[in-house]
Amino acid sequence: MSAGLIGIAIIDILLFLFLVLIAITIARLRNLFAIAMLAGVFSLLSAGLFVTLDAMDVAFTEAAVGAGISTVLMLGTLALTVREEKPVTHSPFLPLLVCAITGAALIYGTLDMPPFGAADNPVQTHVAPYYLEQTPVEIGIPNAVAAVLASYRGFDTLGEVVVVFTAAIAVLLLLGGGGRSGRHDNVAGERKKD
Amino acid sequence: MEELLFDLGFVLTHYNYWMFVVLMMTGLYITVSYGNLVKKIVGLNIFQTAVFLFYVSTGKIVGGTAPILTDDPDAVYSNPLPHVLILTAIVVGIATTALALALVVRIRETYGTVEEDEIIALEHEMDAAIGGER
Repeated sequence: MSAGLIGIAIIDILLFLFLVLIAITIARLRNLFAIAMLAGVFSLLSAGLFVTLDAMDVAFTEAAVGAGISTVLMLGTLALTVREEKPVTHSPFLPLLVCAITGAALIYGTLDMPPFGAADNPVQTHVAPYYLEQTPVEIGIPNAVAAVLASYRGFDTLGEVVVVFTAAIAVLLLLGGGGRSGRHDNVAGERKKD
Repeated sequence: MEELLFDLGFVLTHYNYWMFVVLMMTGLYITVSYGNLVKKIVGLNIFQTAVFLFYVSTGKIVGGTAPILTDDPDAVYSNPLPHVLILTAIVVGIATTALALALVVRIRETYGTVEEDEIIALEHEMDAAIGGER
């Protein structure tokens, strides 16, 4: 038990240190192309952390969606906008203070959390045993995650599809698919004319 | 001995919650401290990933395995439910990211910039111009 915890701890902390380093580098860099690529690396490393937490399906999705599609969308946006961030003029003191206070409050909250990885945590004793026991009987497939996603909580997944569909329509409306008549509403352009 | 400086058992069973708080606050800092809209979205994604990691870590059982059922009757499986919820959240997250990036493209077309303070300055100029016409 304890040796298992320490083994997990070493891998966890190494991956986590990489994640924090990447996040801090993203904060310090001003080249948006580098930031987009580092965000992809961040997603891939977090997929590794998901594997150590036994969440294979989540790791697959994070690697495909977070490191793949998200990076492509980000690069597409950069191609349509700018590649370089302008230097920050205001002092970072207030945001740092807000983050420190929020973080301290959250850490205070975790002190009452049940121990990580214990089999008798409240989260493990509710419906999860039912899903694990009944999946082979009722659904007949070995992957409990797929069984819950597509069958026990199929309506949740339907709701997810509705959200993705709405977002796709909104993106198409915003970007116009070439149907928009150009840059009539360009405030910056009008300002130059004045 | 346990009471000495800190309780090692407590730290070992809680450190990963603290790791995710640190990661989450880095994301929050990037979001609130920088004016570039694309960078803000990257910060939001970091924040979001930290929440996902925290959520999935609650379902982990030490010594357990992924919830893909095997013939071994003694196998311990981690909780599949957080995995399902986070799968849904990741896909919804990419949908909202795509929407946010589309908004950034439109903002750039309208204002000619993706820097927050420049957009606010332009808005003030427009307000002043409308006020002057009245």
